[in-house]
Amino acid sequence: MYIQQGTKEYDVAIVGSGAGGGMAAKVLAESGADVVMLEAGPWFDSEEFAMFKWPYESPRRGASIPEQEFGEFDACYGGFNLEGEPYTTAPGTNFAWFRARMLGGRTNHWGRISLRFGPEDFKARSVDGHGDDWPISYEDIKPYYDRLDREIGIFGTNEGIYNEPGGIFQPPPKPRCYELKVKEACDRMGIPCIPSRLSILTKPLNGRAACHYCSQCNRSCSTHSNFSTPSVLLPPALETGNLEIINHAMVREVLTDGNGRATGLSYVHKPDKKEYQVKARIVVLAASACESARLLLNSKSAQHPNGLANSSDTVGKYLMDSTGTSVAGIFPQLFDMPAHNEDGVGGMHLYMPWWLQQANTDFPRGYHTEIWGGRGMPSYGFMGGIQNYNGMFGDGDGGEREKGGGGYGQQLKEDYRRFYGSVIGFSGRGESIAYEDNYCEIDPDTVDQWGIPVLRFHYNWSEEEYKQVRHMQLTYRELIEEMGGTILGGDMPSREQGYGITAPGQIIHEVGVTRMGEDPSSSVVNEYGQAHDVDNLFVVDGGPFVSQPHKNPTWTILALSMRASEYMVEQRNQGNL
Amino acid sequence: MEDKPREERHHSRGNSSTNARRSGASGGRGGADRTSGAGGSTFTRREALKTLTLASFATVGLTMTGCQNSPENPANNPFGEGVSPEDLEMWNRSFFTEHEFETVRQLTNMIIPADERSGNAEEAGVPEFIDFMMLDRPGNQTPIRGGLNWLDAQCRKQFGGNFVDCTEEQKHAMLEQIAWPEDAEPGMEPGVRFFNRMRDLTASGFWSSETGIDDIGYIGNMATSWDGCSDEACEHVGVSYEES
Ligand SMILES: Cc1cc2nc3c(=O)[nH]c(=O)nc-3n(C[C@H](O)[C@H](O)[C@H](O)COP(=O)(O)OP(=O)(O)OC[C@H]3O[C@@H](n4cnc5c(N)ncnc54)[C@H](O)[C@@H]3O)c2cc1C
Ligand code: SF4
Repeated sequence: MYIQQGTKEYDVAIVGSGAGGGMAAKVLAESGADVVMLEAGPWFDSEEFAMFKWPYESPRRGASIPEQEFGEFDACYGGFNLEGEPYTTAPGTNFAWFRARMLGGRTNHWGRISLRFGPEDFKARSVDGHGDDWPISYEDIKPYYDRLDREIGIFGTNEGIYNEPGGIFQPPPKPRCYELKVKEACDRMGIPCIPSRLSILTKPLNGRAACHYCSQCNRSCSTHSNFSTPSVLLPPALETGNLEIINHAMVREVLTDGNGRATGLSYVHKPDKKEYQVKARIVVLAASACESARLLLNSKSAQHPNGLANSSDTVGKYLMDSTGTSVAGIFPQLFDMPAHNEDGVGGMHLYMPWWLQQANTDFPRGYHTEIWGGRGMPSYGFMGGIQNYNGMFGDGDGGEREKGGGGYGQQLKEDYRRFYGSVIGFSGRGESIAYEDNYCEIDPDTVDQWGIPVLRFHYNWSEEEYKQVRHMQLTYRELIEEMGGTILGGDMPSREQGYGITAPGQIIHEVGVTRMGEDPSSSVVNEYGQAHDVDNLFVVDGGPFVSQPHKNPTWTILALSMRASEYMVEQRNQGNL
Repeated sequence: MEDKPREERHHSRGNSSTNARRSGASGGRGGADRTSGAGGSTFTRREALKTLTLASFATVGLTMTGCQNSPENPANNPFGEGVSPEDLEMWNRSFFTEHEFETVRQLTNMIIPADERSGNAEEAGVPEFIDFMMLDRPGNQTPIRGGLNWLDAQCRKQFGGNFVDCTEEQKHAMLEQIAWPEDAEPGMEPGVRFFNRMRDLTASGFWSSETGIDDIGYIGNMATSWDGCSDEACEHVGVSYEES
């Protein structure tokens, strides 16, 4: 027998254990449903990972390895390139696709920046005529955001900014001294600079300890003080006894019956490379936006010749990522800083929300600004490229340098000490507009190592995004000068250089490819993530997003998944599913 | 000196006393790779997840002091039990020939010399680190090996011998020509590029060592409370928590 068929029929089968899948598993298992979760990656337990590890405990000092693109101590098994799992891009277009393969997906090492979408974000077309409005409003999703705040925990402050809604916040950590310096300059320039909003506990919550301020959130957290699915959502789900997790299960397609309804999933179990099937009454896709789209497109049948749930021909379309660019400066006031612990939480303590809603900018939508810098733990790559700037600041004793940047010997050793922690950087994260012709589709020529056809991406930034990024560049350059710093990296990138815009996908906020809407002819799912064409099929990752405001997506993925999962429970109780 | 591969890595004092802890047993590679069986076998890792409520400062404190290193480790292992067997195997191999290693040793010591605050690159284990990175990132091999050969060829041309055979004065005279990118004469570009790489690798290895972390004044990677930066630091930057 080539296919191992389980005899059991589950109530629900979930693909993926990231933000969307983890939330669905919790809500559904707690409701009493019998749930199976298929996860392509291995088990992960942050208590056994790299907390407090020093770089010299590894011969490569924290450098990346192919399996861990962000470093060997970073809690992400995955990256932009996965061995045996290619994707392609159409000529003349560009997309960088970051994929995790582990229990918890990308929630183990994400930045925890958790910004609610605001009232205008759900109705942006009505505001400026671009893209589409969501079928829901802020008021529809607000109760779910509130519950995330209470149940998962987040710090921040209520600032009364209309389109940056506040929440139920734990107290934020005090700013670091260099962040105060940024704030002072922002005050002078009329740019708001406020406490960041990160899903990290500054007070104990629901049995989870408060943060111990080691700054290593990217390692996940051994005390579960920040949000990740395996820390926060899977334990209570498993506690019910209703959730079974199958790791190393790479789902190939959604199975359907003669009526076109979903009946379960077929997957490759990586260790034995055999094909298995699970049966379920409801199928929930949470494999990450593009992976879920890929599953739908690969699930063709007589009833669904264009791919599952794709009668609208919209699956894969309206792909979005945030725009991004960064500028850093070096600040003489920070030279020779007295040694002190500057770790704080693993992320910025202050950020700059979008502030020009009312202004007449030459681009639609806005961006927020993330601040970075400080005296981080030295590891592989430490102060690389010092020759590009150490020549700019004399010899450290008020004297001239004979020979510019670079060097070696005692003076170089002192340069490292002097410049350590004196760089501050600004990264913009902006809203791009959803376009039908930014999309992914099945590449007819290429399969992955399990023979599953892969995605081919088509993505180009539009003029709007370039103008927005130009604005970021100008703002950050002005800010660095206002703060008395020297801009690193030379002149502002030109239009030909895209003003330094990141490639689509690089900000790792890809959403939109199974978008929600009221009209089944122009959207894939309804406001509950339920496929218009297949009533027992749901998508609960970032796929259903109609727009991707500059706010990072995960808090909204969680809120929408909670809302969709409760709808499933309700429908099940009413006998509709 | 005979140009043969080095048999074994020689450890310097700098990195032989790693503060090995019991965390991160996987060393990060691949991680805890426990499979719950396919085709419906039940999940058995509930207990591990349940312990989350116990996780607290107390356990953190314990693991920090409770370092148990097995005294008899057959392989040369300065990293403690957190290191993966594959990495340890690679660590105990070497890429550089003896001659190359000696050149690297001298170069890195010239890049980061000893002073009253800390030792030199060699004492922090930098040459061994660089050798490891050649194997770990094969993309380094040709540029560094090629750079070392370029350096020797230049030294032979200018001073009549390989770099390691030159006098201290001659060695400095050589580095002066390649260590300052903007100041370098035409024709020195390969040397400049090579030296930039060596400088970066040396900095990576030195400052991420126990010696380097101590020297640079990184304080952290520990359980603590957070009440902002120190007064001293705020004063240095010219900011204060009262005013903001
Ligand atoms: C470095 C970094 C920083 C980030 N910072 C932030 C931030 O600060 N704020 C924010 O809001 N967002 C941030 N993000 C984005 C955030 O991580 C994602 O939005 C979020 O994790 C998406 O959740 P998801 O459930 O859709 O997918 P994922 O978390 O990617 O989980 C998908 C899971 O599905 C599994 N899977 C995929 N295909 C299959 C298949 N065919 N069969 C079985 N399983 C499959 C994968 O293995 C994975 O575990 C960041 C991401 C990265 C990488
Ligand atoms: S900074 Fe806080 S939340 Fe982040 S890993 Fe450390 S203890 Fe956990």
